[in-house]
Amino acid sequence: MPATVFSAKGITKVYSMGEVKVHALRGVDVELWEGEFTVLLGHSGSGKSTLLNILGGLDVPTEGTVTFRGEDMTAFDESELTQYRREHVGFVFQFYNLIPSLTARENVELVTDIAADPLDAKEALGLVGLGERLDHFPSQMSGGEQQRVAIARAIAKQPDVLLCDEPTGALDVHTGVAVLNAIERVNRELGTTTAVITHNAVIAEMAHRVIHLADGKITETAVNESRKRADELNW
Amino acid sequence: MVSSLDRKLLRDLSRTKGQVVAIAVVIACGVAMLVMCLTTLKSLENSQLTYYDRYRFAEVFALLKRAPESLKDRIQEVEGVARVQTRVVEGVVLDIEGMSEPAVGRLISIPETGEPVLNSLHLRSGRWVEVGRPGEVIVNEVFAENHGFKPGDKLRAVLNGSMEELRIVGIAMSPEYIIQMPEAALLPDDKRFGVFWMGRDQLEAAFNMESAFNDVTLTLLPGASEDEVIRRLDGLLERYGGVGAIGRHNQISNRFVSEEIQQLSAMAFILPTIFLGVAAFLLNIVLKRLIALEREQIAVLKAFGYSHWDVGWHYLKFVSVIALGGVALGTLLGIWFGRGMTAMYTEFYRFPVFGFDLDLGVIVIGAVVSLGAAFLGVFGAIRGAINLPPAEAMRPEPPANYNATLVDRLGLRKLLSQEARIVLRELGRKPGKAFFTSLGIAMSLAILVVGNYSQDAINYLQDFQFRLAERQDLTVSFFESVTGNAVNHLTSVDGVIAAEEFRSVPVRLRSGHLSKEVGIQGLVPKPELFRLMDADENVIPVPDEGLLLSAKLGELLQVSVGDVLTVEVLEDKRPIRQLTVTGLVNDFAGTAAYMERRALNAFMREGSRISGAYLKIDKKLTDEIYRELKETPMVASVSIKDAAMKSFQETFAENLLRMKLFNIGFACAIAVGVVYNSARISLSERSRDLGTLRVIGFTRGEISGILLGELGVVTAAAIPLGMGIGTGLVYLMSKGLETELYRIPFVVNPQTYAVAALVIMAASLICGLIVRRKLDKLDLVEVLKARI
Repeated sequence: MPATVFSAKGITKVYSMGEVKVHALRGVDVELWEGEFTVLLGHSGSGKSTLLNILGGLDVPTEGTVTFRGEDMTAFDESELTQYRREHVGFVFQFYNLIPSLTARENVELVTDIAADPLDAKEALGLVGLGERLDHFPSQMSGGEQQRVAIARAIAKQPDVLLCDEPTGALDVHTGVAVLNAIERVNRELGTTTAVITHNAVIAEMAHRVIHLADGKITETAVNESRKRADELNW
Repeated sequence: MVSSLDRKLLRDLSRTKGQVVAIAVVIACGVAMLVMCLTTLKSLENSQLTYYDRYRFAEVFALLKRAPESLKDRIQEVEGVARVQTRVVEGVVLDIEGMSEPAVGRLISIPETGEPVLNSLHLRSGRWVEVGRPGEVIVNEVFAENHGFKPGDKLRAVLNGSMEELRIVGIAMSPEYIIQMPEAALLPDDKRFGVFWMGRDQLEAAFNMESAFNDVTLTLLPGASEDEVIRRLDGLLERYGGVGAIGRHNQISNRFVSEEIQQLSAMAFILPTIFLGVAAFLLNIVLKRLIALEREQIAVLKAFGYSHWDVGWHYLKFVSVIALGGVALGTLLGIWFGRGMTAMYTEFYRFPVFGFDLDLGVIVIGAVVSLGAAFLGVFGAIRGAINLPPAEAMRPEPPANYNATLVDRLGLRKLLSQEARIVLRELGRKPGKAFFTSLGIAMSLAILVVGNYSQDAINYLQDFQFRLAERQDLTVSFFESVTGNAVNHLTSVDGVIAAEEFRSVPVRLRSGHLSKEVGIQGLVPKPELFRLMDADENVIPVPDEGLLLSAKLGELLQVSVGDVLTVEVLEDKRPIRQLTVTGLVNDFAGTAAYMERRALNAFMREGSRISGAYLKIDKKLTDEIYRELKETPMVASVSIKDAAMKSFQETFAENLLRMKLFNIGFACAIAVGVVYNSARISLSERSRDLGTLRVIGFTRGEISGILLGELGVVTAAAIPLGMGIGTGLVYLMSKGLETELYRIPFVVNPQTYAVAALVIMAASLICGLIVRRKLDKLDLVEVLKARI
C-alpha cells in the first residue's frame, strides 16, 4: 500500500455570501496516496473545487483537519501556505489562467524562477508536446495548446501533487484528450500524485480511484479495476 | 537575467504606454516646477551672497546731516563693528542732453586711490577716477545703458547750486544699487534716477564737507548683535542729524531683490503639490483597474507560490517605474528651466557672478516627494492586490452593484433616455471615482485660472494705482521743507492745471518692541490728485487729526485703530511724540503713513511748511514745464507718473507673466492626463457592456454617447469646481506673494474663468474623440468572448 499524501478528516467549509451562508463542504473524509491518479467527480456546486482549493492550500476549511505527509495544514499560517504551494503543488485551471503578456516559455519560467529544483522550461513544454511553440503568446495559441502550457507550468517545478480543476472544461473532445494525455504522462513518467476534478464521468475511467461528490459530501468511492488510456476516451 | 514577472511588468507598461506617459508627464511637471524653483532660489541666493561678499557689501547703513571725520574712530570702537566706511552722499539734479524731463542723481564718494573699504564697485568698462581731475565720475551701468553713455561722455548736474560738468570715465555696478530706487519711491526708475561715484576730495569740496561725512556704512564681527550695534550707532549719530541706521535686510535694493527671490519659494510649494496630488489620483485609478483586470493572474501567481509581498512588490514596481520616469524627465526639465531662469534673473539683477548650483539635495527632495505621493496614491490598490485571497480571485468578479439613482427614486426616470440612465447609474455606482476625476480636471482649470490671474492682477493694480488713486501727472519734491506759499509758485507755471501740496517727514514709528522707519505724508484735507483709496475702491478721507496707516504697516507694528504710537522724527530737532492711529488703509503698495498736512505741521510744531506738490499739467506744455522746474532751485526731483507706470509694467508684468506660459502648458498636461486616463479606464471597464449593447442593436453613436456622456458630465461638474478651487488658489497666491513692498490684489476677471473653461472643454473633447476612435474599433465577438 502506497504512503498517504493527503489525509482530510471531517472538513467543512462555510462561505458567507452577504447574508446567506453557503455550506460548500459538510464533513468530508478523504485520503490521497503517493503516485495515485484520482478523479473527483461531481456536478457544479458539489463542493469539488472547494475541496481541491483546500488541498492546494488556496483556502482553509472552517472545521476539520487536513494533513500533508503527516503535517497539519490547518495549522499553517499565510506564509507557510505560500511556501507549501511554492514547493509542493502544481495547479491547472479550467480557463488556463496564463499571463497574456508572457510567452509560453515565459509563463513556465514564472514558476521555474521561484522553484527549488525545476525542470527546464523547454523540457516541460516538450513533455506536453509544445516544444515547437515556445515563443508564442497565449493569444496566438488554441485553447488546448494554452491548457497544455498551463500543465507544463504546473509540472515544471516537479511538484509532489498536481491538482487540476476542470482541465478540459473549456475544450472540445479532441483537444481535451490531448490535454488528458499530457496529464496522464506526467503522472506515469514523473510519478506525480494527481487529482483531477471534473463533472465529466467519462474522464473518471482513466483514474485509479474515483471519488463522487454531491452537495458537499462524498457519496461514493470507486476503484477502477481496469483503467482506460486518455486516447481511448470519448464524449 | 530578467525574471518572468519583470518581463510581464515591461509588457504591461508598454501595453498601457499612453496612460503611463500621461501620468509620467504630470509627475514630471510637478518635479520640474519644484526643481526649477528650488535650484533657482538656491543659485540666486548664492550668487547674491557671492556678489555681496566679493564687493564687501556693508551690513549696517546710516545717513546723517554732517559729522566730523574724527567720529569714525568712535564708531570703529563700538563693540561688534568690523569695518567702517564714511562717505559723502549728495542728491543732484541732472541735465542730460536730449532729455527734457528732469532726472536726479546720487553722488557717492569713493577714494581716489585704491578700492573702497566697503561697497566696492565692479568696473564694467573705462577706469577708476583719478586724483586732481575735476568732474570725473563712474556711472551705474543700468543708468548708462538707458542713456547710451560710454566712458568719455559728459553730462551736467547742479552741485550745491552751481551747474557743473560731469565726465564719465567708467561704468560700474555695485551690490548697493542692484535696484536703483529714488528716495521715497516705491519702484525702481532706471532712466530718471542715476547713481554716480566721484572722488571723495572733489565731492567734499563741492558740498563744503571737508573732513566730514554724511553717510556711514559698516560690517559686523561674527556673532555681533546687529540691533545692539545699530542702537549704539544711532546714539553716536544723533547729535549729527542721524536719521536712524538700518540693517542690510532693510536696505532698499537688497530688500527688493531678496523679496523677489523669496517669492520663488511660494511657487515651489503650491503648484507641485497640485501636480503630485493629481498624479497620485491617476496612478490610483490606473492601478486599481490594472489589478481588477489581472485579478485571475494574481490568483495564479499566488497559487503557484508567489507570496502576497511578491505580488504587491510587482505592482509597486509598476508604479515606481512611472514615478521614476516622471522624476527623471522632470528633473532634467527642471534643471534646464532652472538654468534658464537663473540666467534670466542674473541678467535682470546684473549679478557679476553667474552660479548655477545644482544641489543634489533638491533632486532627492523631488524624487522622494514624488515617489511618496505615488505610493500614497496606490496604497489602497496595492493593499487590495496583497489581500486578494487566491481562491476567491479564481472566481470571476461578482457583478457590480448598481442602485437606483436619485433620479430613479424621484420618479424622474421617464424623463431620461436609456443611455442617460446608464450614464447616471455608472456615475452613481462609483461616486468616489467620478468625484476625483472631476477634481483632477478641476485642478487643471484652477491652474489656468491662477496662470491668467497674474495678468488680471497687474491690470487691476495699474488701473487702481495710476488712475484711481494717483491722478497727478508729476510729483515735485523740494530739497528741504519750504513755506506753504511755495505751492503758488508752482500753480503759476504755465501749463500747470492744478497743484496739491504735501509735507513729508521721515519718522520711526514705535509700538512696544516693534518699530519701523517710514515717511509720514501730510496731505491736503480733500485731495483730488493724490487720493487715498482702500482695496474696495472707496476714497478714504484724510482724518483731521491722527495717523492713517497702510493696513500692512498696522500689521507689522501690531496696532489697530485707537492705539497710540510713539513717533520719533528723524530730521531737524528730532522730537519724539505720540500719535493716535485713526484709520487703516487697505492699499497695495508700500508701507505708508498719512496725516492731514496742517495736523502734521502742528505735530512738528512748525508753521505752514511743505515738502513738495502733486501737479496736474497740460501735456502739450510738458517740455516747457520741465524746463521751468529744472530752473527752480528748490526743486530736488520730479517724478513722472507715466514713467512710473512704465517701470511698473517692466518690473512686475515681466516677472509674473513669465509664469503664464508654464502654467498653460502644465494645466493642459493635467487635463489631458486626467481625461485621457479616465476615458481609457471607462472604456476598459465597459467594453463588454458596450459591446453587448452594440450586439443587441445600439448604434456606434449611441454607445459613444454613453461613454462620452459620462466624461461630459464629469467635465461639466469640474468647471464650477475648478473655478472655485482656482479662486481659492488665487487667494493663496496673492497672500503668498505679498511682501512689505507691495501686495497683489485678489481679483479675477470673468474672461479668465471663461478662457480656462474653454481650454479644459477643448482638452476634454480631444481626449474623448481619441478614445471614441478606439470604441469604433471594438471587436464585438472578441469582447463577448473575454471573461472580463
